[in-house]
Amino acid sequence: METVKLTIDNKVVEVPKGTTVNKAARQLGIEIPTLCYMELHDLNIENKPAGCRICVVEVQGRRNLAPSCVTKCEENMVVKTHTTRVLNARRMVMEFILSDHPKDCLICAKSGNCELQSMAHQLGIREIPGQEIASISTYRKDTSPSIIRDLDKCIMCRRCEMMCNTVQTVGALSAVNRGFMAAVAPAFEQNLEYSTCTYCGQCVAVCPTGALTEVDHTPDVLRTLADPTKTVIVQTAPAVRAALGELFGMEPGTLVTGKMVTALRALGFDYVFDTDFAADLTIMEEGTELLDRLNRHLKGDKTARLPILTSCCPGWVNFFEEYFPDLKDVPSTAKSPQQMFGAIAKTYFAEKIKVDRKDLVVVSIMPCLAKKYECQREEFSTDNNRDVDFSISTRELASFIKQANIDLNNLDDGEFDDPLGESTGAGVIFGNTGGVIEAAVRTAYELHTGKKLERPDFTELRGLEGVREATIDFNGIPLKIGIAHGLGNARKLLDDVRSGKSQYHAIEVMACPGGCIGGGGQPLHHGNSDIIKARAAAIYAEDKSKPIRKSHENPFIIKLYEEFLGKPNSEKAHHLLHTHYFDKKKKIVVKQ
Amino acid sequence: MSSIKIELRQEDVTKIKEICASFNNDPQELINVLHKCQEHFGYLPAEVQEVVSNELVVPVAKIYGVITFYSFFTMTPKGKHPVSICMGTACYVRGAEKVLDEFRKELGLQVGQTTSDGKFSLSSLRCVGACGLAPVVMVGDKTYGRVAPDDVRNILKEYE
Repeated sequence: METVKLTIDNKVVEVPKGTTVNKAARQLGIEIPTLCYMELHDLNIENKPAGCRICVVEVQGRRNLAPSCVTKCEENMVVKTHTTRVLNARRMVMEFILSDHPKDCLICAKSGNCELQSMAHQLGIREIPGQEIASISTYRKDTSPSIIRDLDKCIMCRRCEMMCNTVQTVGALSAVNRGFMAAVAPAFEQNLEYSTCTYCGQCVAVCPTGALTEVDHTPDVLRTLADPTKTVIVQTAPAVRAALGELFGMEPGTLVTGKMVTALRALGFDYVFDTDFAADLTIMEEGTELLDRLNRHLKGDKTARLPILTSCCPGWVNFFEEYFPDLKDVPSTAKSPQQMFGAIAKTYFAEKIKVDRKDLVVVSIMPCLAKKYECQREEFSTDNNRDVDFSISTRELASFIKQANIDLNNLDDGEFDDPLGESTGAGVIFGNTGGVIEAAVRTAYELHTGKKLERPDFTELRGLEGVREATIDFNGIPLKIGIAHGLGNARKLLDDVRSGKSQYHAIEVMACPGGCIGGGGQPLHHGNSDIIKARAAAIYAEDKSKPIRKSHENPFIIKLYEEFLGKPNSEKAHHLLHTHYFDKKKKIVVKQ
Repeated sequence: MSSIKIELRQEDVTKIKEICASFNNDPQELINVLHKCQEHFGYLPAEVQEVVSNELVVPVAKIYGVITFYSFFTMTPKGKHPVSICMGTACYVRGAEKVLDEFRKELGLQVGQTTSDGKFSLSSLRCVGACGLAPVVMVGDKTYGRVAPDDVRNILKEYE
C-alpha cells in the first residue's frame, strides 16, 4: 500500500495515501474537535459534509485554513492543529453557530450530553458577540409518536440526513431551504408523521444537539405508579441491560441486569418482568412458522412463501410497509416480543392475578424509539386499551432512576419475577444482529431433526458486517440464512426477494446498525463504535451464563402452552401472538 | 413553503413520466427533469414532485430540498404573464427598486404572488446579463430595457 509521511503538531506520522488529516491526527492521539464529522468505523458509517468548519487546521504553505475532515494527507505536509489563527477561527465559527441557537441549556433534553454544549465549553466561549442585535431563526416544533423535532436547535451537521438517506435509505429527511431558513426536514416541511419515517431513531442517535429527541413518556409512567388502583408491570428488552450502566459511569459492555431489576422494583413497579421471556415465546411461534413453511416448500407446495423474514423489529416493519408492501405476506406474522409480552400480560397474567386489563398497566423499557409507535398501533389494542401502555427508552429509564435519586452503582442484584421473567440465553441474544435467527435456529434445529444440539453457539451468524449469510445443515437440508442490519442493507436483500433472485430460506432484519444494542433509544455512542461492540459482547456473555439457552426448554414457556395457548401456531396463539401488515405506500391520486 | 393541493389528471401523470423517461429515469438528471416539468406546468406542486420521485426513485424530501434551494424553481403557479424585475447590481443602482415598487402598486402584489385572475405574477431575479439595458424587466420571454417607473403602466397595458 502506498503511504505518505507528514508532520502534525511536530509529530511525524505515516498513513496510507488518501487518509484525511483528522484520521492521521487521531493516529497520533490528537483529537481535532468537530461538530458535524462522525465515524462509526466498524459499521462502515461516515459523515463528512465539511459543514461545521470547527475542525480547521493550518497547513504550511496554504493560504486558507483547511477543514481536516476532508483534507487528504500529502507527502511532507506540515499541519498545526492549534495555532492562534486556528483557535480564533474555531471560536468565531462557534460564536456564529451559537448566535443562532437557543440558550435554554438548563432545561434542554440533551443538557449534559450535548456535543454543542461540550464544544462551547471546550473552546472556552464566554460571550456571544452581537447576539443582542441578531434574531434567532425559529421553526414549528414537530412531535410524532416517537420523535420530537425542534429545529431551533439544529446546527445543520446533517448527520441525521446521512443516517436517514445513506445508511437507512428511508429518505424521510433532506436539507431544505437556504440561509437562515435552512433546515433538515421531511418533504414539504410536513410533520414526520406524514413522511416515510420508520421511527428507527437513528437520526436521534447521532444528533449532536437537542434538535432531535425522543417523546418522553416518563411523566406518564410516574403518574400510573402513583395511582393505587393500577397494577403496574414492567418488561425490559435484552439490549437495555447491556447499555444502561453507561449512563451511570460504568464501562461500556457492563451488564447491569440484576441492578436494573432492583432499581425498577425500587421505582415502584409491582412486577418486574423480562421481554426476553416474550423473545422465547416469539421463537416458538416464528420457529414453528419457519418449519411449517420449510416443510411445505420441501413437499413442493408453491404457496409456501420463502424466505421467511423476521418481524421483531418495528422500524423494519414500518420500512417494508412503506417500501415493499407487495411483499407483506413474506415476513413472519409473529408479533414482536414487546407486543407478545403485552398480549400475554393482559390475558393470561391478568387472569392469574385477577386484575381487569384496564387496571393493569404494562410499561416496556426499550433500546428503541419505534417501539413507542408500535405500542400505539391500533391493532395492538383491545377496547381502546393498549396491550403495552407506555414504552420508554434506555435513556428515559436512566433519567427516571436518577430523578428518584437511586444510585445504580450501589444496588444489589435482584431477580426477575415469575412467571413472565424467566428467560433463556436465546431470548437474550435478540439484542444483537444475528441473534434472532440464531435463537430460531437453536429451536428449529432440535424440533426439525429431533436431535440435541451439541453446542448452541452458531458463531457463523454473528458479526458486524452489514449483510451476512450462512448455511446451517438441518439433517441434510442446507438451510440458507441471510442477515441484514441497517435498513439500507435490508433493502438489498428485499430487492432480491422481490425480483425472485433470493436464495435464502430465512432472513433476519434489524433496522439499527448493530441490532437493538445500537438502537435509537440507547445511550448515545457519540461516534464510537467500540461501545456498540462492547454491548454485543456483553449480550453474548449473558447468553453463555444462562443455564438454559434454547427457547423451547424455558419451563415457563412450556407451562404457558400447557395452561393457556395449547401449542405453537394454535388458534389461540394466532389470535394473541400474530398480526398482519398494511400497505402504507403513498398513492398518487389521479383526477377522474 | 406552502403548496396548493391539486389533483393531477392522467395526461399530466403521463407527461411527467415522458419527461422522466426522456432522461432515462436517471436520478442524476433530477434538475433537468424539474426544469422540463416546470416548463410544462408553470410550477412544481407537491403532486408533480411525488410522480417524479416515483419515476426517478429519489426521495420526495430530496426533491423538495432541491426545489427550495434553487430560486428558479417555484411551488406556486406563475401568472399567464410572469413579470420579473432584475435586482442585479447594475439594475439596482439604476433604480430597479422604484420600478419594482411601481409594479407592486399597479398589480397589488408582493414578490412571489400571483393575481387572483391568474394573469400576472411578480418576481425579482438576479442579473439577466443585459446590464447595458439596466434596469431590465422581463414579461414572459420579452425583455424591456431602461425601464422607468412611469413606463410600468404602459408595459402592463400590452397584456390587457
